[in-house]
Parts: sequence; C-alpha cells; structure tokens
Amino acid sequence: MAKAAESSGEPGTTSPRPLMRDLKAVGKKFMHVLYPRKSNTLLRDWDLWGPLILCVTLALMLQRSSVDSEKDGGPQFAEVFVIVWFGAVTITLNSKLLGGNISFFQSLCVLGYCILPLTVAMLVCRLVLLAEQGPINFMVRLFVVIVMFTWSIVASTAFLADSQPPNRKALAIYPVFLFYFVISWMILTFTPQ
Amino acid sequence: MAAADELAFHEFEEASNLLAETPDAVTTSGSGQLTPQGHVAVAVDSGGSYGAEEEVEESDKTALLQEKQQPGFWTFGYYQSFFDVDTCQVLDRIRGSLLPRPGHNFVRHRLRNRPDLYGPFWICATLAFVLAVTGNLTLVLAQRRDPSIHYSPQFHKVTVAGITIYCYVWLVPLALWGFLQWRKRVRERVGPYTFLETVCVYGYSLFVFIPTVVLWLIPVPWLQWLFGALALALSAASLVFTLWPVVREDTRLVAAVLLSTVVLLHALLATGCKFYFFQPLPLEPLAPPPQATSLPLNLLPPPTPRSQVT
Repeated sequence: MAKAAESSGEPGTTSPRPLMRDLKAVGKKFMHVLYPRKSNTLLRDWDLWGPLILCVTLALMLQRSSVDSEKDGGPQFAEVFVIVWFGAVTITLNSKLLGGNISFFQSLCVLGYCILPLTVAMLVCRLVLLAEQGPINFMVRLFVVIVMFTWSIVASTAFLADSQPPNRKALAIYPVFLFYFVISWMILTFTPQ
Repeated sequence: MAAADELAFHEFEEASNLLAETPDAVTTSGSGQLTPQGHVAVAVDSGGSYGAEEEVEESDKTALLQEKQQPGFWTFGYYQSFFDVDTCQVLDRIRGSLLPRPGHNFVRHRLRNRPDLYGPFWICATLAFVLAVTGNLTLVLAQRRDPSIHYSPQFHKVTVAGITIYCYVWLVPLALWGFLQWRKRVRERVGPYTFLETVCVYGYSLFVFIPTVVLWLIPVPWLQWLFGALALALSAASLVFTLWPVVREDTRLVAAVLLSTVVLLHALLATGCKFYFFQPLPLEPLAPPPQATSLPLNLLPPPTPRSQVT
C-alpha cells in the first residue's frame, strides 16, 4: 500500500490510490447491505460500481453452457442487464413521481447494491446444482432463494422507506418487491445444460 | 355534527348519481363550471365524513388548484400529477374494478375524474410477470407428471407478455377514445372521457386477471375455463358499465357495435393469453411412447435370421 502511495506521482503523499479507495467504499457498502441498519452510508456517497459488478456477475452466472440457448429461452446476458437496469430506473422514476425525496442515482445505488444477497443465492444455487438433481436439490435452492429474496427486500426497504410520505410507502415498495421477485425467479429456474 | 354528516353524505350520493347520469355536468380539468359540481366531486372524493364548513374550504381549494395552469408536458411536474394517489386510493380503485355495479360508473365514482397512471402501469407489469411465471410453473408441474416434456425457462415469454399487455392497455383505449371523440363531434355532445381516464379504466379492469392466472395453475381444464369466464365477465362488466352512460345517447347500432367490440377484444386477450402461456398439454402421455419403442423391436428380429442364414 505504501509503495502504491509513493508512486502516485507526488512524493510523500499518504492518500491511497483512487482504485483502492473506491474498492474499499464498495466493500463497505456491501457490508451495509448484508447487515442492514438505518444508516445513510449508501445514500450519502452513492456509487454505481457495486451495482455494475453485481449485475455483471449475476448475468454471467445465469448463462447456460448449451449452444442452443437462444431457442431454449434462458435469459441472455443482455436480457438480465436490461431487466436489472431498466427495472431499477423504472422503480426510481416511480418513487420520484410519487413524491419521494430521494435522488435518482441514490435510488439506483440502493437498488443495485441490494441485489447482493440474490447474487450470493445464485452462487449457492450453482454450487448446489453440481450435485445430483432431484426434489431435495430443488427444496434447498428454493429455501436459499426465498431467504435471500427476503433479505434483499428488507435491506432495500430499510434504505428506501424513509424517503416516501407515509401514505404512499406501500405504493413505492411494491415495485421493489416485484423487481426482486423477478430476479429470484430467474435464479430459481436456472438449469444448466 | 353527526346529523349534519349524514345529511351531507346522502346529498353527495344523490349528487354523484346525478353526475353519473348527466355526463355534461361533469367537471373536466379545463372546464369553468366549478362551484356546485366541483364541490360535490371533491367532497365525495375524500371518503364522506365531512362537516359543512370543510366542504366550503375544499371547494375553495379546488377552485384555486384548477385555476392554476397545468404544467407543460415537458416538465416533471406534469407527470407527477398522474401519480398523485395514496395507497388507500389505489386499493379503493382496485376494489371498484373487482365489484362492478350497474349504477356505478368507475370513472365518476372511483376515479372522481382524477385518473392515475400508477395503477394501470403496475397492474400491467404484474400481470405480464405473473403470466410468464405461472406459464413456466405449469410446464414444470407438467414435466413432473410426464418426464418426456422438455422443460425450458422460456424467458422470451416475459417479453411477449409485456408487449402484448402494454399495447392492449394503450392502443385499445386510444382507439376507443378516438372513436368517442369522433362521435362527439358528430353528435355535438360533451362528456366522453379523457384518454387517461380510458386508460385507467382498462388498466384497473385487468386486475381481476391476476388471481385468475394464478388459479389457472390448477390442471383441471373445465375449472380453468370456468375461472377464465368469471374473470372475463367481471372485467367486461366493469368496462361496459363505465362506457354505458357515454354511449347510450348514441344510436342503438353504434352503441351495440362499440360495446360488443370492447367485450370481444377483451375476450380475445384472455383466450390468447390462456392458449399462449398455458398450452394444453396431452393428458395421455403414455400412449405414443410404447408405439415408438415397439417399432424398432419389430425391425430387429428379421435381420438376425438372415445373418444366421448367411
């Protein structure tokens, strides 16, 4: 770390390189998502690196290894991307139109980071699918996806709920529920060829 | 106070019935006839427990609000005016579409001429995803009964469902509104609904299909048709009762053709969804495979004696 600091061009500076600083910020936000408390960290210094990393990871893991996947109809890489980003933008617009006082990018940041539990669920599902298929396999995957889905909803609600007036909270939270439900469905129906 | 409330409530119910029957007495956003109808419309809006002095305040407030110019369509505030609903209002509108009653016009009684885009948009999104998910689930359950059926996530069906439903909820009301506007010019009569009110009616009328689609998971064909017919009846009734006051002043032929077209399009949507997402699967899957496997067995024995002979 010290060598990196010295090679930043100015001798004697102790500031870390921007990449490490950003990675640390992303990691800190991951921790905030995994242990959701009512804190403002995600909202105050939002960034979109974390959501991008998570979205790309999820889209890559949802790829099937078969050649005829375009006919078989698992979600393509682009489809996952479009669903995640288009969904997040739509929910943000909805929240702002209902009168919420959260900024556009803050909301995108929160929704993107709260995909972390579902990405973990995808990882676990892929590992579980390496074992033999069967009803127990499916039950384990279903349980993991349900738990992670609930975790995502709780995490995003903890951050987003306060930005809406109380008589419209449910209207703003329902699309978030639908969004994570669709992603969970994509994860649960994933079958490698 | 309670007596005044009850009196006020009865007045509003009669007045709103009157409003429903005489479309040209309705306040649209640009109209200048505010005071008696405006105050009735607003007071009915907020749930009926007003005292006398509050009515006057509300009418003043609405007068002020409606005199203020609508923001231009390029501003964010313009679109925000279509999402100006609370949770309880949305739930109330959904309940209104689920239980259509002949005297009660959805636009006048539930929307109170304040259409919203939240309901139609998210009901359509939910319906599209629920269709895709339950269609997929049907395939999974069918595959459990008959392992020869090839299972695939069929993700493209989400796209198809989404496009179909959104097009239906935007294009059909556009056509209907256009038609009613044209007839309005021919008949020189005020009163058809605005485009957004029509979209709102269609959007909320699709809500009843969401639980129906979930119930279509039950693999009993006649039950599926029964649920479909019930949902179609409720949904089409809601549409017809809403359109009837506008259309009944027209000639009988036009009214009959319009209403039957509306119902027919709705029925087409329902049956199209049923067939595309819930393809009827063969109930006797064991019949074909034994025939397929018996043919090779018949072919095998003849070559062996020949090879033995040679």
